[in-house]
Amino acid sequence: MTSTPTTALAVDRRTGPPPPRPQRLRALKESAHRIRLNALNMAEVQGQGYIGQALGVADILAVVYQDVLNHRPQDPRWPERDRLLLSVGHYAIALYAALAEAGVLDLAELETYGSDDSRLPMSGMASYTPGMEISGGSLGHGLGIATGLALGLRHQGSEARVYNLLSDGELDEGSTWEAALACAHHGLDNVTAIVDVNALQADGPTQGVLRTEPVTAKWEAFGWHAIRVDGNDVDALVTAFDDLRGHRGSPTVLVCDTRVGRGVPLLESREKAHFMRVEEHEWQIARDQLTERFRAGRGDGSAASANGGSAATADKEHTV
Amino acid sequence: MNAAGATAPNATAPSHRLTTSAMIASIAEEGQRTTKAPFGHALARLAEERPDIVGLSADLAKYTDMHVFRDVHPERFFQMGMAEQVMLGAAAGLAESGLTPFASTYSVFATRRAYDFLCLDIAEPGLNVNVIGALPGLTTGYGPSHQATEDLAILRGMPGLTIVDPADAVDIEQAVPVLASHPGPTYTRLLRGAVPTVLDEYDYTFQLGRAAELRGGRDVLFISTGLMTVRALSAARELERDHIDVAVLHVPTIKPFDRETVVREAGKGRLVVTLENHSVIGGLAECVASSLAFARTTARIVPIGLPDEFLAAGALPTLHDRYGLSVEAIKDRVRREL
Repeated sequence: MTSTPTTALAVDRRTGPPPPRPQRLRALKESAHRIRLNALNMAEVQGQGYIGQALGVADILAVVYQDVLNHRPQDPRWPERDRLLLSVGHYAIALYAALAEAGVLDLAELETYGSDDSRLPMSGMASYTPGMEISGGSLGHGLGIATGLALGLRHQGSEARVYNLLSDGELDEGSTWEAALACAHHGLDNVTAIVDVNALQADGPTQGVLRTEPVTAKWEAFGWHAIRVDGNDVDALVTAFDDLRGHRGSPTVLVCDTRVGRGVPLLESREKAHFMRVEEHEWQIARDQLTERFRAGRGDGSAASANGGSAATADKEHTV
Repeated sequence: MNAAGATAPNATAPSHRLTTSAMIASIAEEGQRTTKAPFGHALARLAEERPDIVGLSADLAKYTDMHVFRDVHPERFFQMGMAEQVMLGAAAGLAESGLTPFASTYSVFATRRAYDFLCLDIAEPGLNVNVIGALPGLTTGYGPSHQATEDLAILRGMPGLTIVDPADAVDIEQAVPVLASHPGPTYTRLLRGAVPTVLDEYDYTFQLGRAAELRGGRDVLFISTGLMTVRALSAARELERDHIDVAVLHVPTIKPFDRETVVREAGKGRLVVTLENHSVIGGLAECVASSLAFARTTARIVPIGLPDEFLAAGALPTLHDRYGLSVEAIKDRVRREL
């Protein structure tokens, strides 16, 4: 594996005022870059995997772990922690990359990804991995568990919040909408759903498999406070999470448009992108491209947008 | 939910013809002592001592006796609407937050409809969630949509799940605190409404995972579970008149199964009759048979249970007689097999 930049220091989110915004954004973009590198290094161990999704949600996870979650990396079971439930179990590679970046996992452990006796199985398992709150993999489970967890925390007077990272494919599962109804009915403003809309699922583009748009309007119709952003725009993510945290009276959802393979042109243009095969010689190319792109755009998405990056929000929601 | 009078094709039938009365059907026999809503009252009592007890329902609180708990502890009751998947997922989340949930719905919905959620959200992480399934086996005449004739078969393969099939109000009342104290997930087949009260006449205490001999007998061994234990006791008493001496071994826990006691008692040379309110496939009969086979013990086993078919709708007493679960049908079967 290639050496990775040092882990950012994770802090207790409530102990001090946030740093000035430009500094905050720069740190987050660097964090997202390291998560992408971690993910590439892990995927290389297996030679394939859900690397496209990991690159796609790296910015979201950087913001969540460095800027949003109130947690203690050295004490992942701290009772007062905010929870991130990963119901998309196959995104585990992304979460491991983020947990290492956040200091919950040791960087060196990432090399064991998907290997015998590893604590990092290819699909997320709560009993295996510190910081993995639930076992995902069968989709449409996360938001239901989030519902009960949020009810229980509120009942016991806890201030902790529950986040559920789910995917647009999970919106096919009726259980997600059962949970959406329940959260709204019970006024669970300690729940935030984060929907990764990469417009791609196992059998192909979401539009062709089962149309889910208009996504934001659906959540709003279910009684949720919804915001839709470019999920690869760190600035927009920070603003949105700040808004959602202040919202009271109903659950909140952040709909994030992301691009599969984001940050690595070689992988962004792959046709078979849901479960990606990458040739042995391509990993270093991918890392080089990632670093090059990051340096060119300082990871803020501007350089990528010029190359036809995500910014797909308008196409998806407003043309329906 | 109103299905009264939905069956009975013969329009000129006599006035005493039985109707479905599906949702309020009682399994109590005429003149039998009963206790009202033993589960709901037991849970409400337990909650007085244990602030961690919470209840959930999926739009069936009134029909699973959960309403008793709801009315006493409204702040600890969570209505999830007619949505069994989120109810079980939410129960898992409540358990993760440190509470001890009891989640009730009909057995068919907990098992057929929300299996993946019971399995992955609750059983895999080994959470103390107690799923309460009403209308197990043939306890409604409403038809196959509501008759959970295969719930034991569905659930026995789920690792780590404790499965309880109580006989009467006494069994239920004693089981509730035991289930709450048991660290892992449980599924209980609920008898609701006016539930027969029988086991207080016997020297019996509910013990999780343990079978209990309620009476001894030389000729026949009844191995029974759930509501069939009450019938087994009546049949055994009445068979005395025919000079047939019947022992009754009550098995309230289907999993973990008390193999040791079953094998020991079944190996004593008596005719073994299993009695269950469940399909003969995948329930008590097959637990007994496999226990004996694995222990290299043999016995002749007569399985009294529901046939491997989707059952008819109709009045419950009629159906129990037709499918061989009534006391009369049990006695006839024993006489034929001896």
